[in-house]
Amino acid sequence: MQGHVSELENLAGVSGFLVGWYLIAALANGGAAVYWWRQRRAPGGAAGVQAWLPSLLWLAAAAGFLGLSAVALSGQPSALSLLSLPQPLRDAADRVLGPTLVMVGAVVLLVGFYFGRQFFVRSGVAWSVLNLALLGLGLSLTDPDFVAIVARPDNVPIVGLVFLLGFFTWLAARQAVRNDRRLARHEPPLEAVDQQRVLVWPDLVYIELICMVALMTLLLVWSILLKAPLEQPASTVQTPNPSKAPWYFLGLQELLMYFDPWMAGVVVPALIIFGLMVLPYLDVNAQGNGYYTIGERKFAYLAFQFGFLVLWIVPMLLGTFCRGPNWSFFGLYETWDVHKVEALNNVQLSERFWIDWLGRPLPAAPAGAAGWQQLCAVMLRESPGLVLLGVYLLVLPGALARYSRPIWALRNRQGRCRYWITLWLLLLMALLPLKMLCRWLFNMNYFVAIPEYFFNI
Amino acid sequence: MRSLRDVIRNSQLWRSVFRHAAPLDRRTRVAVILTNVFLHLHPVSISKHGLSLSYTWCMGGITFFLFVVEAVTGVLLMFYYRPTLEWAYADMMALRDVVSLGILRELHRWAAHAMVIAAMLHMYRVFLTGSYKPPREFNWVVGVLLLVLTLLLSFTGYLLPWDQLAIWAITVGSNMARAAPLVGFEGPGASWLTVDGIDLITSTSDARFGLLGERFVGEFTLNRFYVLHCVAIPLGAGLLMAIHFWRVRKDGGISGPL
Ligand code: HEM
Repeated sequence: MQGHVSELENLAGVSGFLVGWYLIAALANGGAAVYWWRQRRAPGGAAGVQAWLPSLLWLAAAAGFLGLSAVALSGQPSALSLLSLPQPLRDAADRVLGPTLVMVGAVVLLVGFYFGRQFFVRSGVAWSVLNLALLGLGLSLTDPDFVAIVARPDNVPIVGLVFLLGFFTWLAARQAVRNDRRLARHEPPLEAVDQQRVLVWPDLVYIELICMVALMTLLLVWSILLKAPLEQPASTVQTPNPSKAPWYFLGLQELLMYFDPWMAGVVVPALIIFGLMVLPYLDVNAQGNGYYTIGERKFAYLAFQFGFLVLWIVPMLLGTFCRGPNWSFFGLYETWDVHKVEALNNVQLSERFWIDWLGRPLPAAPAGAAGWQQLCAVMLRESPGLVLLGVYLLVLPGALARYSRPIWALRNRQGRCRYWITLWLLLLMALLPLKMLCRWLFNMNYFVAIPEYFFNI
Repeated sequence: MRSLRDVIRNSQLWRSVFRHAAPLDRRTRVAVILTNVFLHLHPVSISKHGLSLSYTWCMGGITFFLFVVEAVTGVLLMFYYRPTLEWAYADMMALRDVVSLGILRELHRWAAHAMVIAAMLHMYRVFLTGSYKPPREFNWVVGVLLLVLTLLLSFTGYLLPWDQLAIWAITVGSNMARAAPLVGFEGPGASWLTVDGIDLITSTSDARFGLLGERFVGEFTLNRFYVLHCVAIPLGAGLLMAIHFWRVRKDGGISGPL
């Protein structure tokens, strides 16, 4: 699917875009410098060197971006090295990146963001992260393989989604941190301060009008600049490799690596919809209704972010940007090679248990046995996985409530029925990363493998 | 100038359309909302924080606006598009090459992506402000259904260009139905559903067949998805949106600290 474009041909294609990209980044940093310069007189602002240092920094960043823009404008082949990430760095990134690392990394980032939120919500930190993202994307765009996947028309909105999600996660956390500080001082949240009522005409209606005009402008510009994709006419005999579902379902398609279609395609989506619908009835915490806060609903925040960002968005990005032919994993700067094969010598838990650990053959019914005898043999064969699953879903929630004080408190607040549904949903959510880990560490394929009835977990 | 505006606004024609005088004082400004079929979705007044972009991100409104954009561009596309194996792809090319101002498809496609993104972000906002808590639990449930319908709208539309991207994406997606427990012919439990040794669930009677109208993505699938995409799902989504907006009002307007 990817054509072979040389770095120079690619540069000719993207340099125009890069000029604009870096110019906008430069302008934004110029604006930031002015903003921070004005801020230095704000009450409680820093004094002395501290006061003008940020402005100087953003001014320098603006100058740097302006320089890059000029280099891109020159379009000279010699400019290529200035405009790209060093090749060893790209190779290293491709080598270390993999599905497990991405998922584990996402969890680490989320937890890091949660605990470090006081730090991350500071404007300077957020602005630095944004600058790095702008620079990183700009420098990556000179890589033909990166462009081949990121600049596909249907993938462009997903790049936008990443920036939007980053921004809104930050914006919400920032307001939450502010409110949490106020609540700690027994002050009402900021949303409660201004309870004055305003008339919808003109105040709201005008905001809506401006929003609509701005959005329509954006859509028009986007539509003029980026053509909708139209590939070869449909052919039922030529299967493209890879065949991908629409982007918002790629998280589920990614699950197919670990679960059978009946789980990934039917049970999991049904559970997601069910879980989302019952969420308001499971969350009995009366605090945090109608204002941003994290401190008053830590558990709900973490659980939702885990489900939304780590289990939906991240696998979706993985499926979109890193899955190539045969659904093999490819780094962002890697050429899609149809012959890349990943060793798949996965084993079932039952094989591990009977053959490796007990040193016996798998239990099986003698040839010609009756149906019920065969069923019993299958059950015996898969008993390790079934027991494990039973303990995980039927014993663990009760044991947790019994032996962990905070979880006991949760159970008491929620009542038995809500508690069990919550725990089941959470445990089922955790099953994906657990299975990834088992696959990675022990080459585990299925916990329960009953191909006789298409029933594998 | 001033007087000309006044003349217009106080003319019989103007007043017959808008049913109130120029909205210059509080009373007539209230009347603007109360007497206009489109604006009366709004309350007459809202609390100031409900106005602030940093609270709602305007995301619900943006989602709705994108839905309207989809409806308008969708109707225009329907003028040109014929959902048959013969014509579907050719009409796509014509839309690109022949139809003047050829960005209709682009507008429809990018607004569709944007609508999915906006609905996701709107859900994110509603969660982060805890706005699903009582008394708004049920409106969240309606919202989840709207999200599902938004995804299905996009999914059914994906097939219509009838190019390689389209049929294989739908093939991958609909293959899941083949594996549904009990009702998919390769799903767990389907082999138990037999009557006198005859399988009830086969590749021509299972969930995927019901979805596609045949065993593989083909002519009947195109027709089915076209009808779902242009008629059935938009109607369902429109109905749910009406309920959603009505409930926003009945539940006390935009959420806020109690
Ligand atoms: C087609 C999709 C949707 C449309 C057009 C839509 C539209 C809206 C609009 C215009 C509002 C008013 C406040 C605002 O703009 O934020 C609103 C509020 C609300 N929406 Fe949605 N929505 C959609 C999907 C969803 C989804 C997916 C959810 C949640 C799963 C949801 C849950 C809610 C709730 C609970 C409120 C009340 C929030 C409050 O009072 O702060 N909606 N919706």
